[in-house]
Amino acid sequence: MIERLGAFVIDRVAALGAFVIFLAEALFYLAAPPYKPRLAIRQLRSIGAESFFLVGLIGLFTGMVLGLQGYNTLSRFGSEGALGTVVALVLVRELGPVLAALMVTARAGSAMAAELGSMQATEQIDALSVMAINPVQYLVSPRVLAGIVSFPLLTGLFDVIGIWGGWAVGVGLMGAPNGPFFNGIKQNMGPHDIAIGLYKALVFGVVVMWVCCYKGYNARRMATGVSRATTEAVVLSSVLILVWDYFLTSVLL
Amino acid sequence: MATTNQNAGAPGAIISVRELRRRFGRQQVLNGVNLDCPTGQITTIVGPSGCGKTVLLKHLNLLLRPDSGTIVIDGVDVTALGGRLQNDVREKFGMLFQAGALFDSMTVFDNVAFPLVELTRMGKPEIADRVGEVLAAVGLKGMERKFPSEMSGGMQKRAALARALIRRPKILMLDEPTTGLDPTRTHQIHELVRGTQRQFGLTAVMVSHDVPAVFEFSDRIAFMHQGRMALNGTVAEVRAANNENFELFLAGRASGIDEPLAAAAR
Ligand SMILES: Nc1ncnc2c1ncn2[C@@H]1O[C@H](COP(=O)(O)OP(=O)(O)OP(=O)(O)O)[C@@H](O)[C@H]1O
Ligand SMILES: [Mg+2]
Repeated sequence: MIERLGAFVIDRVAALGAFVIFLAEALFYLAAPPYKPRLAIRQLRSIGAESFFLVGLIGLFTGMVLGLQGYNTLSRFGSEGALGTVVALVLVRELGPVLAALMVTARAGSAMAAELGSMQATEQIDALSVMAINPVQYLVSPRVLAGIVSFPLLTGLFDVIGIWGGWAVGVGLMGAPNGPFFNGIKQNMGPHDIAIGLYKALVFGVVVMWVCCYKGYNARRMATGVSRATTEAVVLSSVLILVWDYFLTSVLL
Repeated sequence: MATTNQNAGAPGAIISVRELRRRFGRQQVLNGVNLDCPTGQITTIVGPSGCGKTVLLKHLNLLLRPDSGTIVIDGVDVTALGGRLQNDVREKFGMLFQAGALFDSMTVFDNVAFPLVELTRMGKPEIADRVGEVLAAVGLKGMERKFPSEMSGGMQKRAALARALIRRPKILMLDEPTTGLDPTRTHQIHELVRGTQRQFGLTAVMVSHDVPAVFEFSDRIAFMHQGRMALNGTVAEVRAANNENFELFLAGRASGIDEPLAAAAR
């Protein structure tokens, strides 16, 4: 019994170690030659560019619902003028990074785990190794780089579109005053708020790529291994995003 | 480069395996394998399905690590090699996986060109020439634009062979190159490996179930039985050896695989 427990603990610790080493390796090989920018560009296209529309759409509706709810709540206190500030701060500090990261996880992260998982299952990753190509450098590093670059950009897009959505509903539809909407944002939102949002996006970019690549790369060699890797990648990424978000917020606030 | 250190293995053998052991869980798959593959010759490993031929090959190309024993390749003890040094050894390999392991998101052309594109400074026209040449040699001319999923199993295998050959490796490792091919294609593939071996002096290690053809085509044969090499020698030596298990294997009654089947049939 004790022996089983001990073996289990050792197993978990070893797995955690492998997980950490995986990221360290990916970051190390990002800096080490040979450099293959075209690999990173290809990933940027599939993680970043192809998520543009989806992230913009979700940003728009999130901003619109914020405009609606924000107006209804604020009008009870007669402070409709604060609508712009509320919408912008909530988006930039919180919802932008988190929702953009969740959307990219659902769209690109799952696809990535499935792709790497099936490459593992059909020995394509072994084939790379035997050709003297480091599979982590070839497959994982470009994805991590693409995550680092694209998450902040997508988050910025989400924020901007979201604020316009909040404006359209709050001011255009519900009739909140137009002037204070933007003046409030200008006065109350500082570089600190924007920095927090970007910092979160950066961290989420690394976490999502790390988890999704790790799960796919270490998939068991069967069809259920690939499907399980995909599920675990999405679930673990989502959980880590929300948990990290809380801690980052409490530290950075 | 001086290769006469204590790690040099048997003289004249580019691959030397000593007392290799490896277990998976409770199953002792390799149980003291000894094998020498002389430079410039074709060594074929035969043995019943599931006896560990693929596992042995994956130890030779450093995908798996042994529990004990040594592997010396081209004068270098690779048993515990890692990182850059490991890649230096692997640059000498061409490997055909049993299931092909083609990149399924790339066309046949891109698959075969891949090692040249990623690992050499060769220009586009030169690469196209080389790929065309090798694809013609394996009988896949005109298939350049197809994806692996659009081809038959035998065609995939030949495309994978083309990819293994494209860099003119010093050591060619083939895991069942002819399984699933018709007799004419089998003969063609054997001729191709033989021809490349003559032209470039490569060493080939092959796993094959094509037993009659193997005698024609190989220089040496190693018979794997219960985790070790029960027989290992030139074709003539192996023919003359009168090993009981080998005779049974040739007659299609290898001990070790029939028992569970027979038990299931009862
Ligand atoms: N990764 C692994 N984990 C556990 N057991 C394994 C693993 N790889 C191989 N084995 C076991 O090792 C044994 C040898 O497998 P191997 O693939 O080498 O057989 P083989 O001789 O190549 O057979 P075949 O001729 O059918 O290809 C099998 O019984 C298999 O169950
Ligand atoms: Mg096999």
